[in-house]
Amino acid sequence: MLRFVLRRLASGVVLIVVITAATFFLLHASGGNIARRILGQEASEDTVVQKTHELGLDRPVLTQFGDWLSHAIHGDFGASWFTSQPVSDAITSRLQVTLELVVGATIVSGLIAVALGVLAATRRGWIDRFVQFLAVLGFAIPNFLVALALVTVFAIHFKVFKPTGYTAIEDDPAGWLSTVTLPIVALSVGSIAGVAQQIRGSMIDALDRDYVRTLRSRGLPESRVVYKHVLRNAGGPGLAMLAVQFVGLLGGAVIIEQIFAIPGLGQVSVGATSQGDVPLVMGLVLATAIVVVTINLVVDLLQGFLNPKVRLS
Amino acid sequence: MSPLLDVKDLVVDYPVKGFRKPPFRALQGVSLEVEPGECVGLVGESGSGKTTLGRAVLGLAPVTSGSIGFQGREIGRLGRAERRALAGDLQVVFQDPYTSLNPSLTIDQILTEPLIARKTGKAEARNRVRELLDAVHLPSDAGQRLPREFSGGQRQRVAIARALALDPRLIVCDEPVSALDLSTQARVLDLFQEIQARTGVAYLFISHDLDVVRHLSHRVAVMYRGQIVEWGAAAEVTVRPQHPYTKRLFLAAPVADPVKQERRRAERRRLETMEVSR
Amino acid sequence: MTSLRRRLLRNPIGLGALLFLVVVVLSAVFAPLLAPHDPNTANAYDTLSGPSGKYWLGNDSSGHDVLSRLLFATRLSVTLTAETLVIAAVLGIVLGLLAGYYGKVFEAVGSAATSLLQALPAIVVLLAAKSVLGPSDFAAMAVFGVLIAPAFYRVVYSAVSAVRGELYVDAARVSGLSDPRIIGRHVLTVVRAPVIVLAANIAGISVAISAGLDFLGLGDPSIPSWGGMLNDGFANIFTQPLLVLWPSLAIGLTCVAFALLGNALRDELERAAVPRKKAVVTRQTAAAPIVPDDALLSVHHLSVGYPTANGSMQTVVEDVALTVRRGEVHGLIGESGSGKTQTAFSILRLLPGGGRIVGGSIAFEGRDLAGLSAKEMAAVRGKKIAYVPQEPMSNLDPSFTVGSQLVEPMRIHLGLSRADAKARALELLARVGIPNPRRTYGSYPHELSGGMAQRVLIAGAVACDPELLIADEPTTALDVTVQAEVLDLLRDLQRERQMGVLLVTHNFGVVADICDRVSVMRAGRIVETGPVRSIFADPQHEYTQSLFAAVLSNTEGEGVVA
Repeated sequence: MLRFVLRRLASGVVLIVVITAATFFLLHASGGNIARRILGQEASEDTVVQKTHELGLDRPVLTQFGDWLSHAIHGDFGASWFTSQPVSDAITSRLQVTLELVVGATIVSGLIAVALGVLAATRRGWIDRFVQFLAVLGFAIPNFLVALALVTVFAIHFKVFKPTGYTAIEDDPAGWLSTVTLPIVALSVGSIAGVAQQIRGSMIDALDRDYVRTLRSRGLPESRVVYKHVLRNAGGPGLAMLAVQFVGLLGGAVIIEQIFAIPGLGQVSVGATSQGDVPLVMGLVLATAIVVVTINLVVDLLQGFLNPKVRLS
Repeated sequence: MSPLLDVKDLVVDYPVKGFRKPPFRALQGVSLEVEPGECVGLVGESGSGKTTLGRAVLGLAPVTSGSIGFQGREIGRLGRAERRALAGDLQVVFQDPYTSLNPSLTIDQILTEPLIARKTGKAEARNRVRELLDAVHLPSDAGQRLPREFSGGQRQRVAIARALALDPRLIVCDEPVSALDLSTQARVLDLFQEIQARTGVAYLFISHDLDVVRHLSHRVAVMYRGQIVEWGAAAEVTVRPQHPYTKRLFLAAPVADPVKQERRRAERRRLETMEVSR
Repeated sequence: MTSLRRRLLRNPIGLGALLFLVVVVLSAVFAPLLAPHDPNTANAYDTLSGPSGKYWLGNDSSGHDVLSRLLFATRLSVTLTAETLVIAAVLGIVLGLLAGYYGKVFEAVGSAATSLLQALPAIVVLLAAKSVLGPSDFAAMAVFGVLIAPAFYRVVYSAVSAVRGELYVDAARVSGLSDPRIIGRHVLTVVRAPVIVLAANIAGISVAISAGLDFLGLGDPSIPSWGGMLNDGFANIFTQPLLVLWPSLAIGLTCVAFALLGNALRDELERAAVPRKKAVVTRQTAAAPIVPDDALLSVHHLSVGYPTANGSMQTVVEDVALTVRRGEVHGLIGESGSGKTQTAFSILRLLPGGGRIVGGSIAFEGRDLAGLSAKEMAAVRGKKIAYVPQEPMSNLDPSFTVGSQLVEPMRIHLGLSRADAKARALELLARVGIPNPRRTYGSYPHELSGGMAQRVLIAGAVACDPELLIADEPTTALDVTVQAEVLDLLRDLQRERQMGVLLVTHNFGVVADICDRVSVMRAGRIVETGPVRSIFADPQHEYTQSLFAAVLSNTEGEGVVA
């Protein structure tokens, strides 16, 4: 088990390094004169050259990346080129907000999806068709449209929730709930659809297995067969799907935060990328990659718990 | 005269998944030969390596060492192109008639497949397909239909027809009747015998069922854990087995006669207690 | 494939979605002809106005005609979607084919690239790419095409690597077909359908993504786009809420149409499976039959049916009568499709999907099993009637240890404590000949051999001391030497516990070895029944005779082993 974790951890670290390296080289291969962009069109050629030197951009890209990496390992991710704010400061507080949304949406969609998937697989008939119809719609409609509809109806028309802004949970739990509910719902719709479909499919698949007949032949109550045995076997694929959805939610949050004016990673991302703020973009990519790798590790561990074959191999 | 198929000291290793795990040795130095027009039966239980031997002859399993001679030529390590040239003389009938025919192709398309490779003309191919269907006793209108419209026995006839398309000298038959019902099995075995009598084709006939092998083979090899433990004339090996494993295998198969089966069971249990006490 | 097209046209949802998408494409192509105004002409006097006779859908914040902009924006969406699809499909399919068919290097490259490309959310990558590539939607969607290519790769790869293992591909290779020929004939046909389904779904996603990017204000503002219009509408949502509606409808409907199309295509592909319709059938109870005194199970006029596509029932077991006495092994022999397994399952009331008892009675210990409720039946199963299946490996739940699967029914039926149940399970494992019961108790099914697994299943079946054991081809999946051992075990257990056994098999040798009486089935009916010795010595029915004739005699070798 420990070896399994260590191996996963090592491959995660490799993945993070590869991603950051690829991003770094792409950002620097873009050509465009970065110093000129920072200083604006009016700056003189001399100041541009000086700024380029100051940022270390006149060195070979490989040296620059090595430099960035060694600093990053020591927890120094540099400072924004435009605001000079340290990257770690710009990211950490916002990362927490984004994670609140994404983790909230993952929990909500996991719970609802399991309920819907089990219902559809065991009852079949019209319930099944209804769940599948919802799943197709939920999968198809982009989450920003869902968000716009929610804002229009619940925030602007009925004024039940706040249309924009964010209140920290430690400041005011009720206010927090009023600001994050709509974004979480908007984010969840799509992943509920995906995970429910997956659970339904693998439940139906598992219900058809020989061992289910044998378990029934032993006189186990149907609820035990379904919730203990079938659901556990169908859980693995469902969990894998939830992990895929988590990555998707992380991306979806960028747009949703924009709509609800929530100060999460999304806002920084949009700002940093349209300006070409390399240190900040690097920090964002690194933070996202670390979150994704961590989630995948957690899911792998849970898979090992569900499926003895994974655990023992 | 040299044998048609001459396998010498054949070793096949399958790589095992995982870092630095030693490969799995499926065949550990197997030798056997098949004469033209002969049927050699290959008996063994699952994991004995009998299927691997057949696949190695067909070029579908990796040869680690040893040699496979066919018509006096080494075929153990041929390239893809040379392998293709061999198709006319060396053919196969697989166990499962359900997965050995592509479900989306008609019987005609399946049977013309080997002919395409030979660049046979269209009209000629059509005639040949009719001949083949006739040879395996399928109606000539069978060609338009899909495999799923046929029973297991009929599908196996299609697979046999496909193997016959290029008039091969040797057909590797990998458990060709194991998936069939008893009465169908008997009829398909008759067909194998009839074809051999007419065309003089040789069979390497792989089966787990001693009765089937005895019914058809001239010589029999018994495989156990990647080795041939007994090899000789069918009448000898299947009637008076010498190796303890062959004896056990032989007595383990129940016969369709309650009186005799009771005697055999007693015999088997006696042999087992003897082995344990030894 | 042509049949898929035809079936799609008969699927109302699929057809509707397809027609809508055709309209979308046509309005993109003919936008210059259809648009009433120039999409980029700003009318400074008429901003944020509602629908009017001149501007059917109103004006945006800069005074552009919304309808004209919407039509021109369709052009952008259609081209971007096509671009994404082509890039993703070409990359994914080619690499998927190579990796699936040849494995090795291609496989390693493919899986590495896939995990790299999917490690980050697409939007984050696209944003990072934007900072380099600038505002061009085309460049961004080209990147997205690369990002989404793994979806095609995975579908193609898994389809191809499944086909690569098929015997018909081996047969084609032995027939002398070249690799490109094999791919063309056997591999591409398998890949085509799932790729089309996937393409429909990816098209929907790329519409959403490109609109999302434009909505964030990262697109080229000089080109009308649905996302850009949405952005403008959202900024003015308090003054002119309708402005959000039009682009929302365009994006939403297009995405839904693609998803519905993909769904309809998949449904039609899966249509091969027979649709399940409930046929209303009432079971006819037969008059009380005469039952021998020592009968444990007695089945009368039993019929089993399955619903067919047109709503009628197809009978697979008809008017079957069968008696199993206490302490007797009764063989039920027949060829495939004779209904022998269906008969066994109907006694257990475990008929697979849709199958039901449509007539007759199953008398067991004074009750008619056919009339019990599901709950009453569950109390009988495992406790009174137990089952030994055919395939040992697939009949154990892979996620639980052998021990927990043995203990669970004992705790329910016998009310044993955890410790008592464990002790009994260990005893049972020792009894069925497991060499190291403790170790096997803690093992998972995949760690057992087939013979061991079958012993575990037998232990589980006899755990609660049932009166009747129903064994469905219990040795068919085993090697002959293991089969002999398992038959010995079944015989010993049956004698020691005086169980009645109904043994379903296709093997006359097995019947001769273990059964006292035998019933021969053909086409859903029992044609002959009687004591094994007399039927083997003198079969009466001509079908039984023909079966015996087909048995390959091995009498030559009999008794010669010394």
